[in-house]
Amino acid sequence: MNLMMLLEMAAGAYGDRVAFQNGDERLTYQELFEAAGALAASLDDGRTQHLAMLDESSLALPIGVFGASWAGVPFAPLNYRLTDAELDSLISQLHPGRLVTDSERAARLGDRLLSPDGGDAYVEVGTRDAMLSAVRGKGAGRSDATWSMEPEDTAILLFTSGTTGAPKAAVLRQKHLVSYVLGTVEFMSAEETDASLNCVPPYHIAGMAAIASSVYSGRRVVQLPAFTSAGWLETARRENVTHAFVVPTMLARIVDELEGEKDARLPSLRALSYGGGKMPQSVIERAMRLFPDCNFTNAYGLTETSSTISLLGPEEHREAMSSADEAVRRRIVSVGRPLPTIEVSIRDADDLSPLPAGERGLIHVRGEQVSGEYRGKGSLLDDEGWFNTRDGGYLDDEGYLFLEGRMDDVIVRGGENMSPGEIEDVLLEHASVADAAVVGVPDEQWGEAVAAVIVLKAEAEASVAELQQWVKDRLRSSRTPERIEFWPELPYNETGKLLRRKVREALRDSD
Amino acid sequence: MTTFKAGTRLKSAVCSSELMLIVAPDRDVDLACGGVSVIELGADAPAGAALDPDQKQGTQMGKRYTNEAGDIEVLCTKPGEGGLAVDGVALEVKGAKPLPSSD
Repeated sequence: MNLMMLLEMAAGAYGDRVAFQNGDERLTYQELFEAAGALAASLDDGRTQHLAMLDESSLALPIGVFGASWAGVPFAPLNYRLTDAELDSLISQLHPGRLVTDSERAARLGDRLLSPDGGDAYVEVGTRDAMLSAVRGKGAGRSDATWSMEPEDTAILLFTSGTTGAPKAAVLRQKHLVSYVLGTVEFMSAEETDASLNCVPPYHIAGMAAIASSVYSGRRVVQLPAFTSAGWLETARRENVTHAFVVPTMLARIVDELEGEKDARLPSLRALSYGGGKMPQSVIERAMRLFPDCNFTNAYGLTETSSTISLLGPEEHREAMSSADEAVRRRIVSVGRPLPTIEVSIRDADDLSPLPAGERGLIHVRGEQVSGEYRGKGSLLDDEGWFNTRDGGYLDDEGYLFLEGRMDDVIVRGGENMSPGEIEDVLLEHASVADAAVVGVPDEQWGEAVAAVIVLKAEAEASVAELQQWVKDRLRSSRTPERIEFWPELPYNETGKLLRRKVREALRDSD
Repeated sequence: MTTFKAGTRLKSAVCSSELMLIVAPDRDVDLACGGVSVIELGADAPAGAALDPDQKQGTQMGKRYTNEAGDIEVLCTKPGEGGLAVDGVALEVKGAKPLPSSD
């Protein structure tokens, strides 16, 4: 089982179709296949054990994903908004390896990043442009070797944040991704005139899953490397985009932009799916009114589950909007029903016993596409293969899944997971801070916004702006608390555990 | 067939069909295409093997085939004339209720 097998089928059946497009640059399935082979040949150097990519979407991205699978080397897309310190921490886990990045970053990093443990391993740095010329040229070395079909091979490493500390690498094996694609996508199901607009960053699971799914369905992907609502609309219209996936914050901006237009139309758009965070009800309702003929799908999934595990489909969206039945109308804020290949179980938060419909608990999932494994932490699947998503929720009588927020204090802002502990650790380094609690608070634009409650040291002072800058200098700006309050003390339980839940409740009550 | 692992690439001995095993049964079975046991992708067809005229249901690229018990599932990666059967019983196309694209 290997992603390359899916690309081989695509190249065989529709090799001349355009697979990926970025601006004026195009790559057909056959060209992608050949470039992947050339990249695999170059990765087969007896040394390289990881291929990392630190860059916006480009044609190098699908070549990297498939080339790495061909060579049997894990592919690790990295967040290009990382601070240098955060980047060091992730790259240190990818030795020995190769890093492809933009020319400006490559110039800053130099040719080689040495292993922090002082050994011989290093990460070789190269530019995206150099990689593209090497693998797409007529003289590009092809790999005659075939790829491993071992289902347990690691295909992709995706860094994701937990409650504490630095991000961990979620391990997605070939079996997870291939079973996800085979279970959810029909081979060659796209029309030649279809086009999918991809604006989700490569380091997000939806970005990775979209590459595999679109290759198997034969749907041309138009890449939009940096999202702006104006750019999205312009690209969607110019390319007659038929399908798109967005995170909720993007849809909110697109809807805002369109509601300001006299003639807001996107005639080619047939299907818009969204996920990655909580969709405000007002936004989806406005979107459905703007595009009554468009099919909307809400997809709930996690990095650890190879993306989608539950979805609310187009007809269900329409039924929810037009029903007289309150229970049916509520479903507009659900994440629909689990995929046929997935089982969902709601468990009691204390003893993990299964709960009946209607009762809120921890969402557990099981299925071939569920990994639940992290480098350095091993598998978090229980004895029966269930993965604890750490999301709270419940199932209604008809099996519709409703989310009620993370139960482990992880903040989900704009589709990105953030560790409150990581931000607290940084705040605690400030000379004036005695204690800190970081929580997510509801936010119409971002789903959740980062808020911090600070306990200052005796006689110490610090301003909100100063603390915000302190965090921004050390972690990326999305982690900067948008709201900071100063309290005399923080709530702890008898065992000394910080009760972020109580902080959240107090902040909400004071709004 | 002996016990092939999930992920194994197989081919028909008597037509152009190529397969990948998605779900492998935990027992010995005879997986046949066109009436003749399938072989591993790199292997040579046995001499004299011929397509059984009663086993020409054909395979379609991208379709998944399974049995009633659901303990074997194969993906057709290249189409061909022969039909698939396990222990003499024809495999069925796995019902694909198409899901809306969600990525």
